[in-house]
Amino acid sequence: MLIWGLRACAAVAGSVVLLIVLFLVTESLPVLGHMGWSRFLTDASWHPAGDAAEGTFNLTPIVVGTLATTAGSVMIVVPLGLISAVFCCYYAPPVLARCYRRLIELLAGIPSVVYGFWGLVVLVPLVRRFEPPGPSLLAGVLILTVMILPTIALTAEAAMMNVPRAYLHGAAALGLSKRATLWGVVIPAAKSGVLTGVILGIGRAIGETMAILMVCGNIVQVPTSVFDPVRTLTANIALEMAYAMGDHRSALFVSGLVLMGLIMVLVIVAETISKRESHG
Amino acid sequence: MVEAVLPAGWLDNSYRSVCPVWLDRCVTLCVWGVAAAVTAVFVCIVGDLVWHGIGQVSWSFIVDLPRDAGRAGGIGPMIVSTGLILTVCLAVSVPVGLGTAVLLAEFSSDHRLFGVLVRRSLDVLAGVPSIVFGLFGSAFFCVYLRMGYSILAGGLTLACMVLPILIRSVEAGIRSVPEEYRLGAAALGLTRGRAVWHLLLPAASPGVIVGLVLGIGRAIAETAALIFTSGYVTRMPESLLDSGRSLSIHIYDLSMNVAGGDANAYATALVLMVCLLVINWVASVVADGCLCRRLIRV
Repeated sequence: MLIWGLRACAAVAGSVVLLIVLFLVTESLPVLGHMGWSRFLTDASWHPAGDAAEGTFNLTPIVVGTLATTAGSVMIVVPLGLISAVFCCYYAPPVLARCYRRLIELLAGIPSVVYGFWGLVVLVPLVRRFEPPGPSLLAGVLILTVMILPTIALTAEAAMMNVPRAYLHGAAALGLSKRATLWGVVIPAAKSGVLTGVILGIGRAIGETMAILMVCGNIVQVPTSVFDPVRTLTANIALEMAYAMGDHRSALFVSGLVLMGLIMVLVIVAETISKRESHG
Repeated sequence: MVEAVLPAGWLDNSYRSVCPVWLDRCVTLCVWGVAAAVTAVFVCIVGDLVWHGIGQVSWSFIVDLPRDAGRAGGIGPMIVSTGLILTVCLAVSVPVGLGTAVLLAEFSSDHRLFGVLVRRSLDVLAGVPSIVFGLFGSAFFCVYLRMGYSILAGGLTLACMVLPILIRSVEAGIRSVPEEYRLGAAALGLTRGRAVWHLLLPAASPGVIVGLVLGIGRAIAETAALIFTSGYVTRMPESLLDSGRSLSIHIYDLSMNVAGGDANAYATALVLMVCLLVINWVASVVADGCLCRRLIRV
């Protein structure tokens, strides 16, 4: 009796993902059926309409927007996150380390819409002062950097805490300096944990909606400089879902399906890495 | 083990670079600099919110209806809607989450394949972007189950979203309960069901609390998944089938769509942050209290 109840709970929990995929697929089938994948790449522009024959559905600039914001922020945040973790584990006195960890956790708890709002009223005017128009790829990258920093810093720190004490003792016995110990011993030993954190961070950056929507300007174009406004896949869904009909709505579900696919690939990669660690 | 993790020759490399003291100093400086910069950004964000928001927040702001598209008036209906959405979300996700966590932690050896499948799908679910939850919620709850834009649909969408967080920490909590407890319960002749209810769950209360706090935090902070499920309406909700605007959507709408709404957006953001802090605190106190008492009674 009990076991059946528990099994039912687990079945419900486990089937949510299937339901999500099922609904994304069924909703995107109409447009994939009579239009195919190719038009999302070859059409002249993104001017969707309820009828596939009238609209144009080129998702390329939007995908480029997503990739650009993600890549930019990950490139900045990986060193910052690593250094933050190193600070917590090896440089800060214990009290300071505890405060700093608490601060990072609080940073992780700030809602994304609040980040977006702060970006809109503080960061965007700041960028505008350097180079108009203000809402831009750069603003998006910066706000994403602050948002994923906690993910990467906390996982990297956990990985560094798991480095066996014996390695550190060995390094100390060899007379290595703190920097040499970090570079030669700690970081290689914590590599796979750090990598898992980075992948989680990438997933978060790809999926982030509100903050990006509020600071990126949302113009459909391939950016030529970091000061150009861009639109990402997630922002595109959030902006157009409210009034989308017919094939347009379907097209938005297709972009949801693409996002879902990306996330699945990332999860599998992360799992492979952590599995290799536990076997190695 | 060592060979597998460390690249060949790491020792020689480190030795060669032992000498320069200035490099060590630079690294130290750089590490402290980054920590200071991160702290500065945090202080800047929170300080900015408090500085601009504190002036607007008053009792009447919290209970009043919004006027003039939110530029004036208060956020009473948004607070009620947020509370209702959260209640629906927890009412669904907590039982399902606890059940699943218990199954995965205690009984998964009996159902190996099933457990692996469930865990794999929860891993994916944890990474699904919130906007995809929004798409799913609007297609499944709003259209397919005909709930329309409603608090119920929003709460159920959020329940799907917090499930993996909840399950993961409760499961970790249950797994960390010492094996002696289970043996002791078995020796006393408790059935497995009673052992779970009276012993394991109370003993796992830190994990349960962490899960609750993280789940509530995620649910309150959520915006993208709610736009197309619980809707935009600023009226006071009368039932769970009414559309209701959450605090987070209010912030978004005020700052993006309403010119001159920044002052109230600041105040709403401040209220949202304070709510997050207070709920975390209350959840931990309450859960701590009642679970510990049950443990003692046993």
